[in-house]
Amino acid sequence: MADIPVEHGLLVSVIMFSIGLIGLLVRRNIIFMLLSIEIMFNAAGLAFIVGSTRWIQPDGQVMFMFILAMAAAEVAIGLALVLAIYRGFNTLDADRASRMQG
Amino acid sequence: MLELLWLVVALPLSGFVILATLGRRLPRAVATVIGVGSVGLSAALVIGTGLEFLSSVQSSASFTQHLWTWFQVGRFEASVALRLDALSLVMIFVVTFVGFLIHLYSSEFMADDEGYSRFFAYMNLFVASMLLLVLGENLLLLYLGWEGVGLCSYLLIGFWYRDPANGSAARKAFIVTRIGDTAMAIALFILVYQFGTLSIPRILERAPEVYAVGSGIAVAIAALLLGGAVGKSAQLPLQTWLPDAMAGPTPVSALIHAATMVTAGVYLIARMHTVFELAPVVQMMVAVIGTATMIISGFSALTQHDIKRVLAYSTIGQIGYMFLGLGVGAYAAAMFHFMTHAFFKALLFLGAGVLIMCLHHEHDMFKMGGMRKYFPVTFWTFLIGGGALAAVPLVTAGFYSKDAILWYTWSSDKGNGWLWLFGLIGAFITALYTFRMIFITFFGRAKAKPNHSPGMRTQLPLVVLAVLSVVAGFVYLPETMGHFTPFADLLHTVVPAVPMEHVAFSTELQFQIGTALVPLLGILLAYLMYIREPWAAKNLAKDRPRAGIYRFWQSGWGFDWVYDRLFVRPYYYAARVNRRDVIDALYTLLARITQGLNILLGWSQTGRVRTYAAGIALGVVVMIAIMVFA
Repeated sequence: MADIPVEHGLLVSVIMFSIGLIGLLVRRNIIFMLLSIEIMFNAAGLAFIVGSTRWIQPDGQVMFMFILAMAAAEVAIGLALVLAIYRGFNTLDADRASRMQG
Repeated sequence: MLELLWLVVALPLSGFVILATLGRRLPRAVATVIGVGSVGLSAALVIGTGLEFLSSVQSSASFTQHLWTWFQVGRFEASVALRLDALSLVMIFVVTFVGFLIHLYSSEFMADDEGYSRFFAYMNLFVASMLLLVLGENLLLLYLGWEGVGLCSYLLIGFWYRDPANGSAARKAFIVTRIGDTAMAIALFILVYQFGTLSIPRILERAPEVYAVGSGIAVAIAALLLGGAVGKSAQLPLQTWLPDAMAGPTPVSALIHAATMVTAGVYLIARMHTVFELAPVVQMMVAVIGTATMIISGFSALTQHDIKRVLAYSTIGQIGYMFLGLGVGAYAAAMFHFMTHAFFKALLFLGAGVLIMCLHHEHDMFKMGGMRKYFPVTFWTFLIGGGALAAVPLVTAGFYSKDAILWYTWSSDKGNGWLWLFGLIGAFITALYTFRMIFITFFGRAKAKPNHSPGMRTQLPLVVLAVLSVVAGFVYLPETMGHFTPFADLLHTVVPAVPMEHVAFSTELQFQIGTALVPLLGILLAYLMYIREPWAAKNLAKDRPRAGIYRFWQSGWGFDWVYDRLFVRPYYYAARVNRRDVIDALYTLLARITQGLNILLGWSQTGRVRTYAAGIALGVVVMIAIMVFA
């Protein structure tokens, strides 16, 4: 484990975060947007793990547990919203659910 | 009994509250009982407390009733406390007693008016405010009463509000007196700043220690207080509101002139006499203003056609006499004149009110004439009141009070011969215009027929006031006539006696004979001009220059004209120019900018989740960049 340099772990994390962010901005399907958000969560979690291994501190691992719990909660609400939007608009296109424009 | 002092104020006040809240639903009889009864009970209480005060309290003492603390800010504390001493006792006696008679009279005068209960509500509030003004232990309560009186005068002068002229007269009274009130408020601020308290006895006690005689700040305070007094008491140069105040119902005029409102200024100066003694310049000014007002108003009264306006100008003049008395340090004499004036002026107004009421609201004297036959009681009482106003010697109260003021004007250290001479001229004019009014109204050929005769409730107050207009003079007899002076002795427990050297008995007698003869001369001239040769007066004002002077006097020496050009029109002009409101433009601009920003930000609200996410991402990038590179 200790062979992997910190930079590599962080690089993977940055790549994952970028993929998630680009996915979020590019995809119009709400389900895929949720998936992208999950990827970003995991990127952040990976960064925490890498940090905690580097400095041999348990805090980062604890944070990862929090992120997991939060992601689970977020998905529960997110999917509920997806169902509600589908019922209301008969579509999963996020751009068409734009009735709140100013 | 003394502990019931608070009820003296509370009774009329509760009368106001009841009438103001339930007035419309109460039958007239009940409204009358509440309106008249509250003031009547108050008057009875004053007599009770007054007798006890006189018998139990020793000289130079006073009775203070602390009710509650109004508010407290830092070291400054304003308490609601009433203070009874000789000065306020005289005032509350006159206010409640004359006020009660006027209320009684009004119950008949206003009987057919649709605003009956509203009228009595205002009248009760008027009396309550005036009582608070004179009983207040500190200047803040005095000021509360002062403003209350101003408010009630506004409400009552404009009582018949359907006529716009009445409304503008009410506004004029309110605004002109407000000028004086502002000066007075500034004086109060200075006093608070200097003494940390507004309690009258404490200020009067400490003022001589703090200020030297004639020191700048004392002069400023006295001058500002004088400004307030001048506004309320309708003296030069703020006298213009009083003649117009005749727009109100006649009992209101009687109340304003006799018991409440205009005498407030006299009371204020007498109450704060220590401050005025510390500012001799201002005290001299009080005397000069009084004298000038008296002369100017006298000539105006000579030329009026409206009977109420004659009386209004005569009030301005008589208050001028009181100011003259105050100015020369004859406080007791001034208060004495205040009391007798309250009796005979209320009598005159109520008498004039009878004529007005029974002659279809006719105010013009020249359309009356010969009223002696139709209104015998009114005629005789009016004659007594007029005699007192003109100071007919020996038999009227007005003679004794006016004589006291004129005598002290000459003999006091602060008085001088010029003031005395003008006072005497004023007395002559007073007699002339008073009897001009009486002769025109009651003598000669009748030009109108009354539609009904006055009832009991209007005649009774007239008789009582007529008796008082004679009897009240005997409480302060000069040295030449027995030197019976319980009134002055009572007041000298509060205000100082007149500073003067001893003058020979015969000198005083000579002066008195002079003061006694002058009004008689005036009456004689009025008789010659308006009874013997009725055309003489008309011819006098026919020719060119004299007709101009006549009109000049009739319009009150052009004060209204000057003020109109100097203040009212420029103000209207500025208002017209500024119709679009220059200053408001700044705030409109502010609103416009906000609105623009709102539209701008509104565009960013696309409703698309992805734009928001992009915005957040961009924001994060910017923030990180700032944190990293800055």
